[in-house]
Amino acid sequence: MKGLAPIFAVIVVMATVPLLGVSNVTLNFLVVALMTALAGQGWNVLGGYGGQYSFGHAAFFGTGAYVTAVLQVRYGVNAWIAFGLGIAGGAIVAAVVGGLTFRSGLRGAYFALVTLAFAEVLRISASVAPITGAGVGTLVKLDLHAAALQFQNRAAFYWTILTLVAIALIVTRLVERSRFGVWLIAVRENEAAATALGVNATAVKLTAMVISGAITAAAGCFYVQYFLFIDSGLAYGTWISIEALLTPIIGGVGTVFGPLVGALLVRGLGQAAQLVAGGDVPGLDLVVYGCVLVLIIWFAPRGLIGAMAQLRTRSVRPAPLARAGHG
Amino acid sequence: MLSPSILIAAIVNGLLSGAVYALVALGLTLIYGVLHIINFAHGALLTAAMFAAYFAYRMLGIEPYLAALLLTPAFFAIGYALQRFVIGPASHDDDRNMLLVALGLAVIIENALLSVFRADTRTIDLPFAFDGIDLGFMFLPLPRLIGFGAVFLVALALWLIMSATDTGRAIRAVAKEKLGAELAGIDVAHIYAVTFGLGTACVAIAACLLIPSYYVNPSAGNAFVLVAFTIVVLGGMGSVPGALIGGFVIGAVESLSSLFFGESLGQIGIFVLFIVVLLVRPSGLFGAQA
Repeated sequence: MKGLAPIFAVIVVMATVPLLGVSNVTLNFLVVALMTALAGQGWNVLGGYGGQYSFGHAAFFGTGAYVTAVLQVRYGVNAWIAFGLGIAGGAIVAAVVGGLTFRSGLRGAYFALVTLAFAEVLRISASVAPITGAGVGTLVKLDLHAAALQFQNRAAFYWTILTLVAIALIVTRLVERSRFGVWLIAVRENEAAATALGVNATAVKLTAMVISGAITAAAGCFYVQYFLFIDSGLAYGTWISIEALLTPIIGGVGTVFGPLVGALLVRGLGQAAQLVAGGDVPGLDLVVYGCVLVLIIWFAPRGLIGAMAQLRTRSVRPAPLARAGHG
Repeated sequence: MLSPSILIAAIVNGLLSGAVYALVALGLTLIYGVLHIINFAHGALLTAAMFAAYFAYRMLGIEPYLAALLLTPAFFAIGYALQRFVIGPASHDDDRNMLLVALGLAVIIENALLSVFRADTRTIDLPFAFDGIDLGFMFLPLPRLIGFGAVFLVALALWLIMSATDTGRAIRAVAKEKLGAELAGIDVAHIYAVTFGLGTACVAIAACLLIPSYYVNPSAGNAFVLVAFTIVVLGGMGSVPGALIGGFVIGAVESLSSLFFGESLGQIGIFVLFIVVLLVRPSGLFGAQA
């Protein structure tokens, strides 16, 4: 398939990075950036292609993380199986949240609010429920074997998250090129018109949300394997939801590579800001993220990739996102 | 079993907190009613105003109620400028972009405060902070009583602005029919900015009422705004009386559910109520059917 060639090229190039003898600090930076990209790739399926702006993707990230951790720690489930079930857990939460909200016809600001509220309910529940370790959190036992999905070597973690990102890129491309993807974009552009043409908008949005939830949950599952610890704030914190939407919006909303580009850019700028400030100024990297978000929407509403495409075609006509009507 | 006096005390306490919730929600609902956006920067602006009130007292010795006279116009100007020169031009007239720009501003303001003031929690000690009325079974602290009264004054002032001034009429016209208002010669960008300024001014007053009995740190405002979202949804987005009544209802519900279920579960109760109202009746309990 033609659209897959650029994905393979990018992944192969990125896969060689650990072979170039880069430091562990650099690898760690890349692993975290790719994890952010993966969470953003999930958001992008629903938000970018479907136009449904979720402000609560932490609900899926956190569920993936908690399912992976709790199954291993409390039930002795193998890490690989727990990882898979974590992804399934995120998909189920997405199906429940999506089923309830889309059936009620919530969209726009209402959809943003209700997703935010679901993530908050899960966060507070996880901070008191005994099964999640409540306020203390859950610690996964150190067991550096491939069978336990833990690696001594940081490069192995890097290749693991890179593989997950590659799968998400391919899934996104397949969605984009499929009949389902066309329906999804039609719903984003004009839901009433799409419905009039026979598209089942609710079912299309719900399917997108399940795919979206599964991908973002995978980022949460990986988080647990990498850091071996999870608590309610790390899993379901508002910041996770913001990061998941930040990366695709900055990189290029509704484009396959948008979240990856956005994640590398914001993480890189955040790191640079801390270096310039010389030491640890709390929140400074986040100030940079916020500024980048506002500036991108202001001057490049289709993100970096959209802006570059526009430069290439030398079009002087601004191409704003599809306008959602007021009221 | 709980004695009635504990129950009454919990309800009265809830109503007193509800007053400040209502004030925060008033600003939010005003902005929603006209601009049709959820202002995610509301909480960060509340935090900023609380810091301003804190430093006005600490560095200049201005008591919060006096500071309100300065901070209200100052924050009106800040809100006006943010909408007129940042949110408006940056969002290209797209609702989703407005949400994101407001969110971006929230991230910037909150973390700029964190970078400068660190995560430390600050409080001020006013000489009259512990004065109040003793009812025998409960004590009514003076700062919270003042807050309660002030909310009604603000609501009255807003009502007067909306119903008796030309600007108020223009705001209502834009809220009802943006294109028509524009055709009638109303400067919509200006009216949007005035509305955003009024909403931000509400937050400045709320901050001055809160600071005598509450603490401030870079994320202090968030707790209020999540509750304010709930109130706005409950009262019907854009409905001013809805925000007032919703504020008191939520204050009482929160206080009672904390009493019965503990603080964490009490918070869950609010969000569950929020989700149920959104799913079942998104126009709110008092709002017109959308």
